[in-house]
Amino acid sequence: MMKTRIMVLAALAATVSAGAAHAGTLEKVREAGVLACGVSEGVPGFSNPNSEGRWEGLDADVCRAVAAAVLGDADAVRFVPLSSKQKILAVSSGQVEMTSRTTTWTMKRDGAEGVDFTQVIFFDGQGFMVRAESGITTAKGLDGGTVCVTTGTTTELNLADFARAQNIQIEAVVFEGKREAVEAYLTDRCDALTTDASQLASFRMSFPDPGAHTILPNLISKEPLAPLVAHGDNNWKDIVSWTVYGLLAAEELGINSANVDEMAASSSNPDVQRLLGSSVDTGNFVGLGPSWMKDAISAVGNYGEIFDRNLTIPLGLERGVNAQWKDGGLMYAMPIR
Amino acid sequence: MYPAMRSTSADVFRPTDARPAPGGNIGMLRWLQENLFSGWLNSYTSLVLIGFVLWVFPAVLNWLVLDATFAGDADTCRQNTGACWPFIVDKFPVLMVGVYPQELLWRPGVACLALLVLAAVTYTDRLKGAVLVVAWLLLPVFALIMIGGAFGMVEVEQSLWGGLMLSVLLALVGVIVSIPLGVLLALGRYYGSPLIKALCVGFIELVRGVPLITILFMASVMMPMFLPPEMVINNLMRIQIGMIFFSAAYMAEVVRGGLQAIPKGQTEASLALGVSPWKTIAFVVVPQALRHVLPPLIGRCIALFKDTSLVIIVGLLDFLGMIKNSAFDPEWLGFQKEAYFFAAFVYWLICYGLSLYGRALENRGASGARR
Repeated sequence: MMKTRIMVLAALAATVSAGAAHAGTLEKVREAGVLACGVSEGVPGFSNPNSEGRWEGLDADVCRAVAAAVLGDADAVRFVPLSSKQKILAVSSGQVEMTSRTTTWTMKRDGAEGVDFTQVIFFDGQGFMVRAESGITTAKGLDGGTVCVTTGTTTELNLADFARAQNIQIEAVVFEGKREAVEAYLTDRCDALTTDASQLASFRMSFPDPGAHTILPNLISKEPLAPLVAHGDNNWKDIVSWTVYGLLAAEELGINSANVDEMAASSSNPDVQRLLGSSVDTGNFVGLGPSWMKDAISAVGNYGEIFDRNLTIPLGLERGVNAQWKDGGLMYAMPIR
Repeated sequence: MYPAMRSTSADVFRPTDARPAPGGNIGMLRWLQENLFSGWLNSYTSLVLIGFVLWVFPAVLNWLVLDATFAGDADTCRQNTGACWPFIVDKFPVLMVGVYPQELLWRPGVACLALLVLAAVTYTDRLKGAVLVVAWLLLPVFALIMIGGAFGMVEVEQSLWGGLMLSVLLALVGVIVSIPLGVLLALGRYYGSPLIKALCVGFIELVRGVPLITILFMASVMMPMFLPPEMVINNLMRIQIGMIFFSAAYMAEVVRGGLQAIPKGQTEASLALGVSPWKTIAFVVVPQALRHVLPPLIGRCIALFKDTSLVIIVGLLDFLGMIKNSAFDPEWLGFQKEAYFFAAFVYWLICYGLSLYGRALENRGASGARR
């Protein structure tokens, strides 16, 4: 009852805020000299304050890249921690200019909640973790096995759907909370543990012997995580989208934080010249300066560097579907020209 | 001669030494018998509890001290089975102040010192009542200026405030603003004209009728939906106002209890002496009422401090929020137990400290009343 009422109010407010044109975000950010970027209250590898009080993670670095592209200063970011209840609303009501907070791109959010998603920065999805000694290498190998899962979540439904579609027998052992499911897996009560792959990686790092566990390459659900902006300011959406494309293109072209200056000065590759603004002022297409990508890359590196620094090195997460399209992944930058 | 009158030194009165108490009435055995084994039910309960302590204590001691790691990094910790204290040491600054710029730590430090000094001065009773009240009212302003920056100090954005500093700040501002507000509401409810009375009762009952978490959601999530973006004040301020309202409604009911305990004769005597009604309330009724309700007022302060931990659901990284995400730092994954143990310890320390301080103030107040 209460929930319905809140939903009605939320829908009402979303319509109101969607109606209000959110034009001029770029001017607003330039005037303030700082980008207000919504992040999580703490998700390992995505956004979390480190011991020095600095926000770290993939999501946080995307905020920094946008700030560098827009303002020329990657530190000109005001990180605003948002709870999951606030993450959509804070953007649609203009409290933050963008949110980069492990948010799944869905039709309902994109269409009916007053926000626009920009470009996927991480293809997450429900995966499985097994003990390395079990010898299981694919999700299908779980046939006849038991899987620890939290009850009443889409995770549980996905598992059942997957088993039915693949025509294999999987016995789900359900638990109230994630912690309990993890404990159960650790005490050998099931052969595998299932939840989102990025979470499996951080659970694994918390185990006494992380090397003894493998995350299977198969994902059985789609959780594309993308930064979002308010609906209605197309230019601002372009800026955030193309900054992400720029980070992806930089990796594809071999530009990184160490060689970006050298590449800008001497590369003869026309794609590199365009991306770094040496031949064509590509930043101008979205209202930014010519050094937009140069600033972003020298501050946070290309997409591969960001991924390694935040996910592969600390959490042991493989690139998987997040590899470049040339390496068989899904990361594909639109042509910057 | 009267030889009998002559006393020799041998006749001087010498008290004999006190006899020892009858056996079994003193010492540890007696204490045990009186306190732990004074009946079959008590004996049974004591045995069960002692057994439980003996059963749990070695495991706890092992985890806390014997098997614990006191120096090293996450890998050293993972090799040991006990607690990982370097984790708490490494995270200590962010637990205290969140992502506040660490080169400016002296500023919250000064604000904290001011709080402690004022608390000490209040206890010693050196300053006059009016001066104390003004000093306490100015304290939150001073703390906000020190933490946020003003008068040429570098400004620190509110989204950077966090950790224990934020919890204490929310509670401090909440308590100091809500006590006067609560007194006004209570007076309105007790002495006000029917309209004022209805307004006060309406406010109190409305706020008390909803849980704090709902108020926080309203302040943080719903309010920005209805106001145009220019009118939206920042998240922290909205939360703070929500907490003040919540606290004021409860304070009002506590204070009303005190008002009702003041005999009518007090007001009548004061009015008969020609003191104006306003002054009668301000200088005769309210001070006595507050003295009566000091214990529950302090209880409310402790409760409010603990309630601040709810702000995590609206995206403020207070002490508990920082505890939670410290356990999510990729560098230190897997040390949640230590984090929550530390949180429990700090909350206990502060709440128990407040409780002792409150009791000390009560005792002083009681001696003042006798005087």
